Amino acid sequence: MTATPPNSFRSGPDAQGHFGIFGGRFAAETLMPLILELEQAYIKAKADPAFHAELDDLLTHYAGRPSPLYFAERLTEHFGGAKIYFKRDELNHTGSHKINNCLGQILLARRMKKGRIIAETGAGQHGVATATVAARFGLPCVIYMGAADIERQQPNVFRMKLLGAEVIPVTSGTATLKDAMNEALRDWVTNVRDTFYIIGTAAGPHPYPMLVRDFQSVIGREAREQMLQREGRLPDSLVACIGGGSNAIGLFHPFLDDPDVAMYGVEAAGKGLETGLHAASIAGGQPGVLHGNRTYLLQNDDGQIIDAHSISAGLDYPGIGPEHAWLHEAGRVKYVSARDDEALAAFQLCTRLEGIIPALEPAHALAYVAKLAPGLPRDHLLCMNMCGRGDKDIFAVARMLGEQLS
Amino acid sequence: MSASRIDARFASLRAEGRAGMVAFITAGDPVHETSFEILRGLPAAGADIIELGMPFSDPMADGPSIQAAGLQALQNGASQQRTLELVRRFRMQDKDTPVILMGYYNPIYRYGVAQFIADALAAGVDGLIVVDLPPEEDSELCLPALKSGLGFIRLATPTTDDRRLPAVLNNTSGFVYYVSITGITGAASADATAVAQAVTRIRRHSALPVAVGFGIKTAAQVAEVARFADAVVVGSAIVDCIAAARKAGKTSAEIAAGVHEFVAGLAAGVRRKRETA
Repeated sequence: MTATPPNSFRSGPDAQGHFGIFGGRFAAETLMPLILELEQAYIKAKADPAFHAELDDLLTHYAGRPSPLYFAERLTEHFGGAKIYFKRDELNHTGSHKINNCLGQILLARRMKKGRIIAETGAGQHGVATATVAARFGLPCVIYMGAADIERQQPNVFRMKLLGAEVIPVTSGTATLKDAMNEALRDWVTNVRDTFYIIGTAAGPHPYPMLVRDFQSVIGREAREQMLQREGRLPDSLVACIGGGSNAIGLFHPFLDDPDVAMYGVEAAGKGLETGLHAASIAGGQPGVLHGNRTYLLQNDDGQIIDAHSISAGLDYPGIGPEHAWLHEAGRVKYVSARDDEALAAFQLCTRLEGIIPALEPAHALAYVAKLAPGLPRDHLLCMNMCGRGDKDIFAVARMLGEQLS
Repeated sequence: MSASRIDARFASLRAEGRAGMVAFITAGDPVHETSFEILRGLPAAGADIIELGMPFSDPMADGPSIQAAGLQALQNGASQQRTLELVRRFRMQDKDTPVILMGYYNPIYRYGVAQFIADALAAGVDGLIVVDLPPEEDSELCLPALKSGLGFIRLATPTTDDRRLPAVLNNTSGFVYYVSITGITGAASADATAVAQAVTRIRRHSALPVAVGFGIKTAAQVAEVARFADAVVVGSAIVDCIAAARKAGKTSAEIAAGVHEFVAGLAAGVRRKRETA
């Protein structure tokens, strides 16, 4: 608590990819040369105005950015406290924030002359976004998806197939996101020479957490500008859901050095933290090493990874991006959680009051807003990232509500 | 000390003029006691060096066979503690055969690096192979292990080019493990000519013995690789042999006997006197 805060929360990672003790490059030797090559390619691209021009053009005309900053008037009335804004990243092409990162990474893949794209996906949002950019640039694409997630995210599976991607069901482990990531890594290690792995969350070996964050930071940069325009000042608090944490770091990062902006990352508490059936790596995990980085992980005393549980396939991951682990230990961002039932209630509330069907992922963020907002003054500006739309979830939600859709 | 058990074994293999047979099994697969029965008979069956897999829930570099073996072991109570216990018991009867633990970093990290190194040395472990610790992360475990006298064996791969090889070979002890394919354990086999060239390339950078593994499944493949490598590693094929015997409902003694017979067959491939390259 008394540790001196760093001069800036925005200067990480260091040259070795560390955010404090977190991050790093814990990857198999086969992948290391490529990982180093990717870092060099990214450094070069970052310094190249042509790269930014191409990316900005795609973000504007293909993805539909900037996404609006919307005043959620009826939810604000309903909660009777803070003034609630949604950053409407669910309005992006493909229905979530994932396209921001996929466009950036596929441009890197092209610069590196990699002719084949792979990705892992949980809810299918990242898979759809990856399949979309692969279609747009004419590259073959393989998506690894847990068999359990394929079951609960059928619409997205079909979308990926329509886009020309091959969706490979993963049955190992719990057949969810972490197993899909294991399988994608196995593919990558086998086809490393011609394949680019588009990681969807701000995790993995360095430089992935950094480059995913950078590509997603467009969310926070826009929100900052839009809030200044609307309200003449910065927001007082930011709220975003966290699986691996790419939408959250994208919203938070441009505000990290504004000490008056409070930030809340909402993990999935599943059936309740006390039940052990959750996906809250910070609330219920310890530091460990998985999927290329050191971060907080759900694990037992022997260092075996414990399966996550969440109603939301996109949050169902036993880890969290390393920068979040660091921001937690530094005390800059507060990590909280919301249960399945709270998210489901928020999903319905938002749909009825705002006419916006949220994805189950941001429904967790909204569930925390429901706890936070009522206790805050009416001039408190709260900005929540509506990072995905809920069309993909309606079949699963119908089942949970006991409705039969044919 | 312990790292020299590996050196001594390679010295005696050189004196015999043949390559070594490295046998991999997963600790605790299928159950603890059977695993010990298998382990303790491996030297007599012809294994010159033993690689003992530390089970991990998320083995990203392993194919289906070793994934399943690790899961099987974990379901039957395997842990880092019990893996070390297997080595301790093995050492009571065998003072010469090097035992190398192979796995992933998280179970070691969670155990505590300093404590793990101390306990591994006390149990009689000679070296570690940790798949997800490249040279970039040497300060985590490699350097503390070497400082304590525990060997650290590095993996070199087809993507490790000449520019990178020195970094990979630096801080490596005992031998270099050449991963003969870009891929996971148990995958398709590499072309022997390409592997021989890669081994020659490594020898230009290092005086350490070179072991070759990944995708080597039969006695014929062992014999072929033994012509140019200092040791040949077989893993998935042995693990498959255990799984098949378990699924057939064999007893612990029968499973162990079957594995030893299989390993003896593989080991015949390294016992032929090497032709000069």
